[in-house]
Amino acid sequence: MAEESTGGEKQKAVSSQAAPKPAPTMTTKPWESELTRRLQERFGDQIVEFATYLDQEFLVAKPEGIIPILEFLKAEEEFDYLVDITAVDYPTRTERFDLVYILYSFARNQRIRIKTRISDGYKPATAVGVHATANWLEREVFDMFGVEFAGHPDMRRILMPEEWQGHPLRKDYPIVKQDEGWVRENLGIESGQ
Amino acid sequence: MESTFLDSTELVLNMGPQHPSTHGVLRVILKLDGEKVIGTECVIGYLHRGVEKISENRTYQMFTPYVDRLDYVAAVSNGLGYCLAVEKLLNVEAPPRAQTVRVILTELNRIASHLVWLGTHALDVGAITPLFYTFRERELIMNIFEKYCGARLTTHAFRIGGLQYELYDGFEEEVKQFCDVFLPKVDEYEQLLTENRIWVARLKNVGILSAEDCKAYGVTGPVLRASGVKWDLRKAKPYSGYEQYEFDIPTGENGDSYDRYMVRMAEMRQSVRIIRQAVARIPEGPIMAKLPKVIKPPVGEVYVSIEAPKGELGYFVVSDGSTQPYRVRVRPPSFVNLQALDKMARGGLVADMVVIIGTLDIVLGEVDR
Repeated sequence: MAEESTGGEKQKAVSSQAAPKPAPTMTTKPWESELTRRLQERFGDQIVEFATYLDQEFLVAKPEGIIPILEFLKAEEEFDYLVDITAVDYPTRTERFDLVYILYSFARNQRIRIKTRISDGYKPATAVGVHATANWLEREVFDMFGVEFAGHPDMRRILMPEEWQGHPLRKDYPIVKQDEGWVRENLGIESGQ
Repeated sequence: MESTFLDSTELVLNMGPQHPSTHGVLRVILKLDGEKVIGTECVIGYLHRGVEKISENRTYQMFTPYVDRLDYVAAVSNGLGYCLAVEKLLNVEAPPRAQTVRVILTELNRIASHLVWLGTHALDVGAITPLFYTFRERELIMNIFEKYCGARLTTHAFRIGGLQYELYDGFEEEVKQFCDVFLPKVDEYEQLLTENRIWVARLKNVGILSAEDCKAYGVTGPVLRASGVKWDLRKAKPYSGYEQYEFDIPTGENGDSYDRYMVRMAEMRQSVRIIRQAVARIPEGPIMAKLPKVIKPPVGEVYVSIEAPKGELGYFVVSDGSTQPYRVRVRPPSFVNLQALDKMARGGLVADMVVIIGTLDIVLGEVDR
């Protein structure tokens, strides 16, 4: 990945006259409804964008706004089921990770996503106080991406061994990489490959 | 005086990862006061194979067989969820014939999954007999899968855009015959268990999970329905044409192990109902949507979920416009449901642990991925 991107930059520098191909982006449509109006009113500039992609609704918020939004949605808009928390790694961006919260409301039969961008080392607040299920979901995000959640009651790895070094779902973690020290010490073999 | 081991009231007991009743490599650390469970901690990850990482290094089609290995007793459901997610990303739909066949195979798989659960769970509780019967009927389903796609367990039955294989001759008759044979068998299982005194004593009021707790912990599937919440993704957000079929959502009242058992028994009957309707009207036509050989979805992200036998199985797929997914997140029902184990087990007896793990119906391949 890293090699490819530097190669691309070089190319761009050489052939600057040719129209540079814009990086493709998600072609979203705006999302407007009673709900978005109420959210906009309540949170103002904490929410950057309301959009839909292929009829799936999502909003992009600032990282500090996530927990208040989750609380508001649960208490006043009946979004009482936190389906999932996950992350996506974009190593070339300054705000490296996308954090994605998927919410569902039984009463409305509606599913929405909340996204936020955070940089490496930023510690987003935990959602365990709002939705108990966030406990393991956040532990998995920490395990796989190294995003630590502030205030989490039990911020440990969940799938990988506790002493493992590195976070496998980061893009700069190659697929064949392993924690060789851990493998040697715990499995008594030179390599797990 | 020096305190000894006998003075302590708390005992820490290790259960698993090699234990016949944990249905795989689940390790639970139990904190006990006498026979009473006062705390549990799950240690998972023994079966972690990095499926999500693998997805980022395979093309969309190449990744399809991997999802079969998540919940390996319900491989067809996993495949359906993944194919639907990529199809959504491509904004295409499988043709009607493919959709109907998908429904039939997925519902057969739901029955197969519930049969594995019923047999092994009854075995855990001490009833050996049902295992032989449930595996006998499951064999009929496995034979249909084998005839259709050559595999029994990790079937890889579906492709992105539809189906790879046309139905074999006599598929409809065989499925109809299975339905006729199977339905009375459910009554037979029930005769063995439903009013059996030991079964009732072991399951009633054990591992109670209220509807509020289910929602707080994100618990879905039969466990949620047993708590009285009438919610099924096949009805709430229909996919693959589920809106065309008539079926009920069975629910329980108490949210205990017995209700979870009753819900799953009723679900098998409902699955037969769906299969019978579907097999009677398999439309003619193509089985594959028009798709290029190389799949390159436009940049974007979608979350698509289905009602798998264990609960809501979701796929969050991110495309960067290349032939390989940028990210595939699997939202596994078993992983999320397992988190509620502590809530259910606290205050119960050690012996109930086996019952609670059993009626949660987890598959470790899906918990650990």
